[in-house]
Amino acid sequence: MTIAPPLSVSHLTVAYGERPAVWDVTWNAPTGLTAIVGPNGAGKSTLLKATLGLVPALSGEVRFFGRPLEEVRDRIGYLPQRASVDWDFPATALDVVCMARYPRMRWWGPVPRRHRDAARAALAQVGMEGFAERQIGKLSGGQQQRVFLARALAQDADLVLMDEPFAAVDAATEQAIVTVLRDLVAKGRHVVAVHHDLGTVPDYFSSVLLINARVFASGPVGEAFTNANIGATYGARLALLDQANVRAAEARAS
Amino acid sequence: MTIRDFLMLDLPPLLAALMAGATCGLLGSFLVLRRESLVGDALSHAVLPGIVLAFAITGARSGLPMLVGAMAAGLLAVVLISVVQRAARLDPGAAIGAIFTTFFAIGLVLMETTGARSVDLDLDCVLFGQLETLVWAQAEGLHSLVDPVALEGLPRQLGLLAGVGLVVAVVVAALWRPLKLICFDPGYAAALGMPSRALEFGLALLVAAAAVAAFESVGSILVVAMLVCPAAALRLMTDRYGAQVLGGAALGAALGGVGYALAGPVPAALGLDISLNAAGVIGTLGGVMVAVAALVRAGVRRARVVTA
Amino acid sequence: MIAYNTAVVLLGCALLGLAAGTVGTFSLLRGRALVADAVGHAALPGVAIAALIVATLGGDPRSLPPLLAGAATAGVLGVLAVQALARTGRIREDAAIAIVLSSFYALGVAILSWLQTQPGAAQAGLSKFILGQAAAMRAEDAVVAASVAGVCLLVCLVMFQRLRAVCFDPDFCRMQGLGVQKVDLLLLGLLVLVCVAGLQAVGLILVVALLVLPAATARLLTFRLPRMLAISAVIGAVCGAAGAWVSALRPEVPTGAAVVLALAAVFTVALLLAPERGLLAQVYTHLRRRLAADTEHFLRAAWEAQEIAGAGPGTAGDRWAPIGAVAAARGWRIGRARRLAFWLAQRGLVARADGNVHLTPRGAAAARRAVRAHRAVEHHLLAAGATDIASADRLADLVEHGLPPEMAARLLPEPSALPASPHQLGERRP
Repeated sequence: MTIAPPLSVSHLTVAYGERPAVWDVTWNAPTGLTAIVGPNGAGKSTLLKATLGLVPALSGEVRFFGRPLEEVRDRIGYLPQRASVDWDFPATALDVVCMARYPRMRWWGPVPRRHRDAARAALAQVGMEGFAERQIGKLSGGQQQRVFLARALAQDADLVLMDEPFAAVDAATEQAIVTVLRDLVAKGRHVVAVHHDLGTVPDYFSSVLLINARVFASGPVGEAFTNANIGATYGARLALLDQANVRAAEARAS
Repeated sequence: MTIRDFLMLDLPPLLAALMAGATCGLLGSFLVLRRESLVGDALSHAVLPGIVLAFAITGARSGLPMLVGAMAAGLLAVVLISVVQRAARLDPGAAIGAIFTTFFAIGLVLMETTGARSVDLDLDCVLFGQLETLVWAQAEGLHSLVDPVALEGLPRQLGLLAGVGLVVAVVVAALWRPLKLICFDPGYAAALGMPSRALEFGLALLVAAAAVAAFESVGSILVVAMLVCPAAALRLMTDRYGAQVLGGAALGAALGGVGYALAGPVPAALGLDISLNAAGVIGTLGGVMVAVAALVRAGVRRARVVTA
Repeated sequence: MIAYNTAVVLLGCALLGLAAGTVGTFSLLRGRALVADAVGHAALPGVAIAALIVATLGGDPRSLPPLLAGAATAGVLGVLAVQALARTGRIREDAAIAIVLSSFYALGVAILSWLQTQPGAAQAGLSKFILGQAAAMRAEDAVVAASVAGVCLLVCLVMFQRLRAVCFDPDFCRMQGLGVQKVDLLLLGLLVLVCVAGLQAVGLILVVALLVLPAATARLLTFRLPRMLAISAVIGAVCGAAGAWVSALRPEVPTGAAVVLALAAVFTVALLLAPERGLLAQVYTHLRRRLAADTEHFLRAAWEAQEIAGAGPGTAGDRWAPIGAVAAARGWRIGRARRLAFWLAQRGLVARADGNVHLTPRGAAAARRAVRAHRAVEHHLLAAGATDIASADRLADLVEHGLPPEMAARLLPEPSALPASPHQLGERRP
């Protein structure tokens, strides 16, 4: 019996209005550390959000570990794009990390000790244990990102989906995040991350998915992350699609 | 002033002010944290046609039909706001302004045309509230507090307020964590599989219910003060979520109680011949409270900068 | 015959609506629509205190100019308070507006209740400012309100270019050193003036509608600023006068409510029927687009069904095709395919008999165009590197309807060519 891949997507199509974002993507995420790479507006984040049902898909099927999302939701962690939350919100770093465990608690009452401990452990893992009681607005940008990473870790998930985890963080935080990712994989977990920095792909990730609305290449970094494939992904646009879009936009505007 | 006077004239309005303040204050934090303060404003105006229609149909000012009518009107307003906002591509403020003024105007005209305007439900109640008209005629002394017959004579607005307050408190307690999550990070709540949309509608329903319950005692415009002022003052004072939400309820109750006392009983006890509209004093006090909190915060920050 | 007084009041309200529609358009575009709500409510204590002072000095507390001056002062204080609260960083503008409008209004209520217990007539008629009562306006009141409105209108016209620039692109203006702050202040000033001018006619609770609804209606109807201003101003003027008229006929209806309902009726009609942004237009466009796509898909499936049955490429169009085969090829339910066949028969594109369709000459030409466009896109996608044929087929389904003829010609330069389908025709995987 073969083991089902952590994430498998078949014929997934997502469009915003008439603007295609993800076209007919069929892809099986490999085990380990995987980067989703592509130019701006290539539908990387959209793909991630669509797998979690955060944006509606026109068609297609998504499976996690061979099962639908609802059955395995507690095995999937999520780190949103550098969160557009209200940083003045009355919540401490520990509060935020505890949110990861909400689905496993009652909806009321104090946070049970074991969940609080798990949250503290997650904070320690990203080197933020000293800031547990700090209000989130009083942390630096990198520290805030680490808190949100800790929240994804605290979900104790087998697969963590990350949307631009390295966006706008300082070098120290970037290194801390990489260490955490490697720890995760060492423990047999899987990570799929949207990534924008081509230069660090071979250093940080073992596999890659090159996408520009549709899949251009996927596989181990050594095989798929070639100059030819990158050039195709970033250079070759589906001119026709673009023009059809322009036309649709014009039709809407006139 | 005798005990009997207090029980008869002051206790019912005081209780009403306390309960309205606590209920609205509890919900206010969610509105302020979700940046939906003006939805509270809109709901408190938009429930008017629902109240008037319920009154016109049932012919009496009884709690439940008015509550149902108000909640239906409130829900309709919330839905219409989002429809108008999307269809006309207006910013939320403009959509809110367009809808709530329309609802309020419909309510005013219905009041004139259905004959709902009467001794019981009049414009003054909508505009100024009528805390002062709540009296407990059956009160004769402390023993009335345990006398079921006398207790039945308590103004029925108190029953409605207590019921709504209880429901709001239970719902907020039972949905404590989901509410926190949809206030802080609705996207993450959805990723965890929480029913965000249902929670948002539920919150709007609770606010509509609180608005209609408080409406009778403080009027439809001053409900806004009770919803937003305690929560806003606490935003300036605390970084703790629990303190923010529960403190909102406490501060709201205090606002109601102190405001009512300052409007009549306190000046009277001091021998002054001043009697003010209690709802007006409560609302004014709310604004003063926020202003003081803002000044104190600015002062503390300046002191910190100087010492640092 | 309209009495002189009524005529003046009607004209005054029309001018007021004109000014409110104009100022409202700018404030809507600048995202300041609800500031007017705070200003309106904040006017109550100003009016009450002004009446008190005038009465104490022995003047006529019902004389309008001092009351309006009080209202304007309080309105300005209200705006300043909103800005001060928003500057704390912790209280957002929405909460600041809610706080200011409710607490200022509450102060007004408290002062009014105190005035009522005082000897003298200071409070007389003040409550008509809350909901508005045009019927009680005297001609000289209307003249005062109208002059304030007129001044606002004039300033708007003089400053038109500046206001437009700031509403359109404030960042660019800031970069150009155009004094965005000054223009914003001017706009707020105009907002306060219009609110104050509208107090007696519309009332302080609903005056915000006069600023928001005409502008929102105009926005549904046009994309161009000068036209939007004109529409908004006209709607404001007509509805303002209509409200005052109703109030003159039935004094018990608050004028504010009458004006707002007139505005809301116009807004609702526009929301439903506006040519492009209206709800009906949006539904119609959506349905028409879907029907057009369905039509092309049906014709193409009918054509291809004949190809499957043995007609070579380019020669199909003269055989009968079962509707069931068309439905299967598209993955449609049979009922949907039958309804489409009926519709196409009405348009003379197919003939129907015994559950079969036959393309008419016009239908065959349309089908051929559709097949050609679809295959052009498919082949282009495959040439551009699409990985598998099934996805190219589906992708082509989604874009071919937006394909202009000249692009189809570019993709397939040979005018008569109808390439073979790159994939097996027939039943579609669901």
